[in-house]
Amino acid sequence: MTQVSMTVNGKPVSGEVEGRTLLADYLREDLRLTGTHIGCDTSQCGACVVHVNGKAVKACTMFAAEAEGAEVTTIEGMANPDGSLNTIQQAFQDHHGLQCGFCTPGMVMSAAALLEENPKPTEAEIRDYLEGNICRCTGYHNIVKAIMAASGQDVSAIAAE
Amino acid sequence: MPKDHGIGASPTRREDVRFLTGRGKYTDDIALQGQTYAVFARSQVANGVIKSIDTSEAEKMPGVLAVFTGEDFVDVGGNPAGWQINSRDGEPMKEPKRPVLAHGKVRHVGDAYAAVIAETEEQARDAAEAIVAEIDEQPAVVDMAAALKDGAPLVHDEIETNQCFDWGWIEDNRAATDEAIKNAPHVTTLELVNNRLVPNAMEPRASTADYDPGTGDYTLYTTSQNPHLTRLLISAFVLGIPENKLKVVAPDVGGGFGSKIYHYGEEALVLAAAKKIGRPVRWTASRSESFLTDAHGRDHVTKIELACEKDGTFIAFRTETMANVGAYLSNFSTATPTFLHGTLMAGNYAVPNVYVNVKAVFTNTAPVDAYRGAGRPEATYSLERVIDMAARELGIDPLEIRRKNFVQPDQFPFTSAAGLEYDTGDYGALVDKLEEMIDRKGFEARRKESEKNGKLRGLGVNTYIEACGIAPSNLVGVLGSRVGLYDAATVRVNATGNIAVMVGAHSHGQGHETAFPQVVADMLGIDENSVEIVHGDTSKIPFGMGTYGSRSLAVCGSAVVRATEKVINKGKKIAAHMLEASEADIEFTDGQFSVAGTDKSVGFGDVALKAYIPHDFPLEEVEPGLEETAFYDPANFTYPAGAYACEVEVDPETGKVTIERFAAADDFGNVINPMIVSGQVHGGLAQGIGQALLENTTYDADGQLISASYMDYAMPRADDVPFYSVDHSCQTPCTHNPLGVKGCGEAGAIGSPPSVVNAVIDALQSGGHTNVTHIDMPLTPSRVWSAMNS
Repeated sequence: MTQVSMTVNGKPVSGEVEGRTLLADYLREDLRLTGTHIGCDTSQCGACVVHVNGKAVKACTMFAAEAEGAEVTTIEGMANPDGSLNTIQQAFQDHHGLQCGFCTPGMVMSAAALLEENPKPTEAEIRDYLEGNICRCTGYHNIVKAIMAASGQDVSAIAAE
Repeated sequence: MPKDHGIGASPTRREDVRFLTGRGKYTDDIALQGQTYAVFARSQVANGVIKSIDTSEAEKMPGVLAVFTGEDFVDVGGNPAGWQINSRDGEPMKEPKRPVLAHGKVRHVGDAYAAVIAETEEQARDAAEAIVAEIDEQPAVVDMAAALKDGAPLVHDEIETNQCFDWGWIEDNRAATDEAIKNAPHVTTLELVNNRLVPNAMEPRASTADYDPGTGDYTLYTTSQNPHLTRLLISAFVLGIPENKLKVVAPDVGGGFGSKIYHYGEEALVLAAAKKIGRPVRWTASRSESFLTDAHGRDHVTKIELACEKDGTFIAFRTETMANVGAYLSNFSTATPTFLHGTLMAGNYAVPNVYVNVKAVFTNTAPVDAYRGAGRPEATYSLERVIDMAARELGIDPLEIRRKNFVQPDQFPFTSAAGLEYDTGDYGALVDKLEEMIDRKGFEARRKESEKNGKLRGLGVNTYIEACGIAPSNLVGVLGSRVGLYDAATVRVNATGNIAVMVGAHSHGQGHETAFPQVVADMLGIDENSVEIVHGDTSKIPFGMGTYGSRSLAVCGSAVVRATEKVINKGKKIAAHMLEASEADIEFTDGQFSVAGTDKSVGFGDVALKAYIPHDFPLEEVEPGLEETAFYDPANFTYPAGAYACEVEVDPETGKVTIERFAAADDFGNVINPMIVSGQVHGGLAQGIGQALLENTTYDADGQLISASYMDYAMPRADDVPFYSVDHSCQTPCTHNPLGVKGCGEAGAIGSPPSVVNAVIDALQSGGHTNVTHIDMPLTPSRVWSAMNS
């Protein structure tokens, strides 16, 4: 077992993990932050995307021990300080960018990372960036629309509800 | 002006807040005190005789609490098929037992033959790998035609054939259809494959069981679209746990698309294990397990013939299909290729002759069952591809040949040649709308522009009709269903006037927590935020049949309406007492009970409070309380219909297809929440486009699943699809349910594959590839390029 310490959503945490424990499992099982979802076993689906030191990372692609000393943000840490939805979360709700909600945490975390590096992405840039996030419910229409809206772009011309 | 509340409005979804903040509660998010973990040992061969299973090493491994094999379940029942199909000769279908764990034989890669329960998941996995199974591999059957040949290896030795049934619909129409085709001036014949798909809900299946030795009560938390059906199957058929001692809870469910309708052996295993070790047992599928063991979808090999006049008037459709049911019969696997497919083979058309023959075939592959659309996508694809081909052969515009043959608005109710009674529709209006949405007039200019850029552009269209709102119990009973298909709702008005509605439907992404309150609030004239939906827990809700077949609103929503009507009627009795008036004189509008012709009235909230403080009630006339339950069993299926168009560009250098435009005009009858309805269509379209261009489930000749991960199975990604144009303004309300709704969940997946393929064929034809009249899905660059260069 290895001792790990990191900061998750602004709070210091520490614990003992096996060397093989993935960050995704540490967050879910040890810290009970179950908003980070596991949808595959080949690092394809993106349901487990979190931010590690400000970068979007699939939490199934690194060991918990590798996050020693890191600043980790999960979906549970994304709302505004008063608990209200942040701009991206609100846009997902306003534009029906989620259905079953399972891929949603990863989508929001990826969208936040995208807007950090590209504050006004085009439709094509958003679709390209989401290559590593699979959604089976929405057909992506309202996810792309929500991210455009969250970036301050006018989406009224994009087809319907 | 769009409405801002109630029926027809699009309030944002209340469930979104928990999903967006990571506070959704899915099955694998539940952690019970003292929980243990189950891991399954699964067959690596497609067909094999189990000679021995040595668990002795595994049992000694650290943390191991119990090991199970098929031997432990020989005395419990099999997981049954829910629909009895008889062959053309009257013989009942073959129903080999589907055990909790394989016993004697393994029949597909992934078939579980043992399970380990341990303190941690890692310990359970390590121990499962230490089980030594001696399995004598036998030749496998994967291809359906080969499976039906004499001397083929058998999936189930005891039934002496791989044919489950040989079904004809409608058998009495067979001779007339054969005759009509023999004498027809023109016959178009098409052989096609409806490719096998994996549903791929993003949340893998998961089940956690708990047993209380003090009370003998079991609780199963599981990823289910229909917790009561799961309970019934486990209680009545498999483990025999009394229904009143088994609570099944499906918390938030992360997508299903059919795959979570069914009871799976893992659910029975964790229940049995929890009792044996006296601690909770948890199992969550890996994605690899999901690929190997979730019920797959589609997998038909079909020959369809369309006979018509030279002017395109349809005379007959004749279909021969082989439908793969996999190694075991999943719960609705026998209904999907038959009554959800054959009965739709007249499409939207007033064709006089239809005959369908379906042979269901066992193979050494995962079970196949209903996946979004379930039978209806297969029917639509066959019809709309062969119609397109006939139109091209006869030189008739593809929309005109359809218009010419549509059931006309004044013909409803219309009994189709495949035996269903369509209640309403206006297919011509849908096509008119579609042409406007896709800007058909501008297509030639866009095609020329593409050609300038070295690309081929094609436009494909199709229509569809589906039978939804599954289903009227009396009708499905006649057709072989072993269950009724009503639904139920309880409306509980609390003393302070807010409301809990317990429903039998269960959302796995459809937004029931938002849409159902719109209905109740609209009827009661109250704020929809004061209405809460309770679902997914058999200990809290009335016995309902769950969510599939686009049935939640049409069937369960109707039960909600009926229960709310009963609440209003009870409220009138209470109001009459409060207002000292006759019950017959009480009217209810906008949340107020009033005495007709007077200014005397009392609000809904005051009536609710009175119901629970009945100090002066005339108890012989009215009971205290305000809570009503309704079970609703529809009179007929509902018949959503639509017209879809797809515009593609094909790169002739590579064969790559790009979707440039997609338009969907749907008639769902009345619409409760247009935002949610559009979202449902979007999702279905992506799944249909995925089937048409990307997705394929491939087994090799030995029965190994080649496409068993997201590295190999091509899920649609954001950059594979466009913004869609969807419309549901052409509304012919359903005539037999109180909301006039038809259901929207499956439409996109049913309606979209043919228009994609039709568009690609159109593009290739326009580029001079006139010999290319069909390509089987998925239309990968390799297949398209090969067709162009053959």
